[in-house]
Amino acid sequence: MFTLLLYLLALSGLLISFGKDRHKTRLALIKGWKAFTNILPDFAVVLALIGIMLTHLSPHTIAALVGKNSGFPGMLASSIVGSITLIPGFVAFPLAKSLLDRGAGIMQMAVFVSTLMMVGVVTAPLESRYFGKKETILRNSLSYVFSFIVAIIIGMVVGA
Amino acid sequence: MNLLNLIKTYHYFLLIIFFDVVITVFYPGTGLAIFKYTAGNFAEMLSIIPPIFLLLGLLDVWVPRETIIRYLGEGSGLEGIVLSIVLGAAAAGPLYGAFPVAAVMAKKGTKYSNIIIFLCSWSTLKIPMFLFEMSALGIKFALTRWLVNIPGILAIAYIIDRLIGEENKAEFYRRQMANL
Repeated sequence: MFTLLLYLLALSGLLISFGKDRHKTRLALIKGWKAFTNILPDFAVVLALIGIMLTHLSPHTIAALVGKNSGFPGMLASSIVGSITLIPGFVAFPLAKSLLDRGAGIMQMAVFVSTLMMVGVVTAPLESRYFGKKETILRNSLSYVFSFIVAIIIGMVVGA
Repeated sequence: MNLLNLIKTYHYFLLIIFFDVVITVFYPGTGLAIFKYTAGNFAEMLSIIPPIFLLLGLLDVWVPRETIIRYLGEGSGLEGIVLSIVLGAAAAGPLYGAFPVAAVMAKKGTKYSNIIIFLCSWSTLKIPMFLFEMSALGIKFALTRWLVNIPGILAIAYIIDRLIGEENKAEFYRRQMANL
């Protein structure tokens, strides 16, 4: 749906650009292509790594990891799983919901969702390629710590 | 590009694929699952990425540096911060889609802290994701997470901006200028 919107936007942009200035449009295409091929080798590595990750950390494995734990160890476990996996939202949210229904804590699921979105161990090499090592370490570790704060607040608001 | 160059450029990728092949030989089930997921990842990436790079190319050619500096550059103040959050939240797609966008923003003169705000917003404030989260985990959960994240993102961006160091920042901008 949103991808479709993105395509429509890109294609109409391309058409308008072409109507206004052919030379500039050609330049834009070359620039876009260059930027893409520049990053493709790193992209390919990340996608291949995610392939291995997904095979070993299926939703089933994750459920076994965080469903049985509680308290801080449970939060720690779910934060680690959230940090290293890259599960799309449409899988992660229902998964968190089903674990909640089976007795998982709200804070464990909050820290899982938050680290899942903000912390990317697998994408770190790619982030580092664009932003440098220091930014990558800073952003990911700050986001990791922040995810616990978010989880505690969600626990207070939703759990109350 | 000749074959040797191609192998050199993709050597890490080829190494992982070789590793996958070895796994497939010994554990066919696991190996095939890995290849299935990897192919799926590529399909997903190739379906999302082309319009992003197309738009980036157009943006680079058509939007003057001065415009970006005015709205997102040094001295853009609160307006620049709000705009960075909105741009990130409006996005769709995984975080790796944000990196090339951030690169063009940097090239056009976007302030460093605004780039980090944009990156963090993309990672966690995405509106499409928020709608999905709301339906799965409830309005209270999703809304609390969303609202707590805004000051959190600002704090994270501020801390990174202060700790990153001028050389690192300059190096980041230099690299983006050279890349596109």
